[in-house]
Amino acid sequence: MIHTLTMPKWGLSMTEGRVDVWLKQQGDSVEKGEEVLDVETDKISSSVEAPFSGVLRRVLAQTDETLPVGALLAIVVEGEASEAEIDAVIEAFQAGFVSSAAEAEASGPSAQKVEVGGRLLRYLDLGEGGTPLVLVHGFGGDLNNWLFNHPALSAQRRVIALDLPGHGESGKHLQTGDVQELSDAVLGLLDHLNIDRVHLAGHSMGGLVSLNLARLAPQRVASLTLIASAGLGPEINGDYLQGFTEASNRNALKPPLIQLFSDPALVNRQMLEDMLKFKRLEGVDQALRQISGQLFGGGRQLIDLRNMVGQQPGLVIWGSDDAIIPASHAQGVEAQVEILPGQGHMVQLEAAERVNELMLGFLKIQP
Amino acid sequence: MARKISYQQAINEALAQEMRRDQSVFIIGQDVSGGTGAPGEQDAWGGVLGVTKGLYPEFPDRVLDAPLSEVGYVGMAVGAATRGMRPVCELMFVDFIGCCLDQLLNQAAKFRYMFGGKTTTPLVVRAMYGAGLRAAAQHSQMLTSMWTHIPGLKVVCPATPYDAKGMLIQAIRDNDPVIFLEHKMLYSLQGEVPEELYTVPFGEANFVREGNDVTLVTYGRMVHVAMEAAANLARQGIDCEVLDLRTTSPLDEDSILESVEKTGRLVVIDESNPRCSIAADISALVAQRAFSFLRAPIEMVTAPHTPVPFSDALEDLYIPNAAKIEAAVLKIADKRNAA
Repeated sequence: MIHTLTMPKWGLSMTEGRVDVWLKQQGDSVEKGEEVLDVETDKISSSVEAPFSGVLRRVLAQTDETLPVGALLAIVVEGEASEAEIDAVIEAFQAGFVSSAAEAEASGPSAQKVEVGGRLLRYLDLGEGGTPLVLVHGFGGDLNNWLFNHPALSAQRRVIALDLPGHGESGKHLQTGDVQELSDAVLGLLDHLNIDRVHLAGHSMGGLVSLNLARLAPQRVASLTLIASAGLGPEINGDYLQGFTEASNRNALKPPLIQLFSDPALVNRQMLEDMLKFKRLEGVDQALRQISGQLFGGGRQLIDLRNMVGQQPGLVIWGSDDAIIPASHAQGVEAQVEILPGQGHMVQLEAAERVNELMLGFLKIQP
Repeated sequence: MARKISYQQAINEALAQEMRRDQSVFIIGQDVSGGTGAPGEQDAWGGVLGVTKGLYPEFPDRVLDAPLSEVGYVGMAVGAATRGMRPVCELMFVDFIGCCLDQLLNQAAKFRYMFGGKTTTPLVVRAMYGAGLRAAAQHSQMLTSMWTHIPGLKVVCPATPYDAKGMLIQAIRDNDPVIFLEHKMLYSLQGEVPEELYTVPFGEANFVREGNDVTLVTYGRMVHVAMEAAANLARQGIDCEVLDLRTTSPLDEDSILESVEKTGRLVVIDESNPRCSIAADISALVAQRAFSFLRAPIEMVTAPHTPVPFSDALEDLYIPNAAKIEAAVLKIADKRNAA
């Protein structure tokens, strides 16, 4: 069996990737799930894992080469294949490639915007069937925080990620910026989409919003997945919140952003520039100040919804080295608790495979 | 994915959104509406390359066609700015600076200083600049160093649609006179641009590519040429950092020095003529402030000291290209003295 390994597409905006380093060499055996090469995009660097086991027979993309999504990177052969057979597969792939890349671009999933309660909300709707899963990002984030999770999770069911008010490409004007306003936006979107009941997954502040939704509308929440979640204890890194909210240039923004990740090298200038692009939008500065004042004023979490956990099936995931909200908040909650060693606050990005596995396993057993 | 529009559309959108937001913003220039009061004005062309197209029908009182007298309408805009308006004045080609130099050099740039801060001049002068359009010597110059030389003026040279919109909005809201330079060869460049209002601050360079071996500093159209060179050099194992200055005044000295301190090698790329140029200025800055970090001589890649030729072949030869940048980098890349 001759398999083609192609440039992956991580998230909506990725159109090309640069081959950073080959972790396997031509002739090496690879196991399914093993990391074969590192690819860098304008957003993030990550490893490409082998979707199949076999022998890496041809390495076709050079180190430092930038290739479009879907381009041929390597040939992995499971069992036997002659060089001529491999050549034929490569030739057929390359002949068909240009059109398929253009097609993917034209028909690929794209985020939509709706007006809900007088405010624009952006959401990305992937997958079909089952009780839908809604992904709620954290403070200062957007639906791209689920870049590495959303496609994998949507293999099993319909999965919707949204930009909360004041975030991403949703409307920036807030009334008060309290948890009620953020929760109402999620409920408004569900009503707009005629969805009664959902699994909720929230990261950080999105976890707090999810907990509040479980409080407001318990009948609509099938389960709760809380990742590095707010709302489970009083501590939060006030210096981070202040630094992030006030930063208006690259040098001021870098120290707070580094605290989010276990690998500081992820915070490159492109990530900083992308974050600044968000922070420069009219209304964002005020929205962030309103929200952080309402939820985390004085560098403490002002809202405790810990007693909401346990009413629905729950999964709590935390990075052991989270520098924003301590992993100790996971202790003693009535849920399946998974602490990922060495991981930081953005655990769903940095340990995407593991988080996806945990979430898929958890959601699979829900009625 | 954010919406993609062209550099030209980004400028048009910034003007429209700021005019909707602020009644004191108005546009004045030659042909900006395509003949105010003339038949057919509703779908008029909108400037020599159509950048202001569609604005006149929406803002008929605030898009003013001026007679062929830069000294007159630029002077008028300077005066209006001192009285609380926010004029966006279009000089068409930056080459016409000579026809209104006193208004900008001796008036607009000096008011805040000479009146002890009691007067501000929130004026934007938009102008096309740069070579490549086969428009000959009188319509192809850069002249960035002339503007940058004058204290009291801010000089903005966006390289992308994103920067074009955000920096034009910043320019309109800025209380000092801003020279906003639009490279003609970038007008059709597509890029992601938020639909919302946003500002890109002045004096903050953009690291468009991170690298460890050589720093390429440039601005405007040359950012894209430098990126092309950097991609070619990466295949040869040379890792370039590319810095887009975005504004030449104020100049982000810190980012230039920060990068050179890391790489130890500098190539400055400037489409302008070399004497007293941005390239020369940055070279001097680095020689003065980061000399001990340099591991090789500084290289400059610029146009030659001649007017822009009209001949296609000569114009192509005149404009710095990726091959010239690559040659400059290769010249200094293997020098490891005094490390």
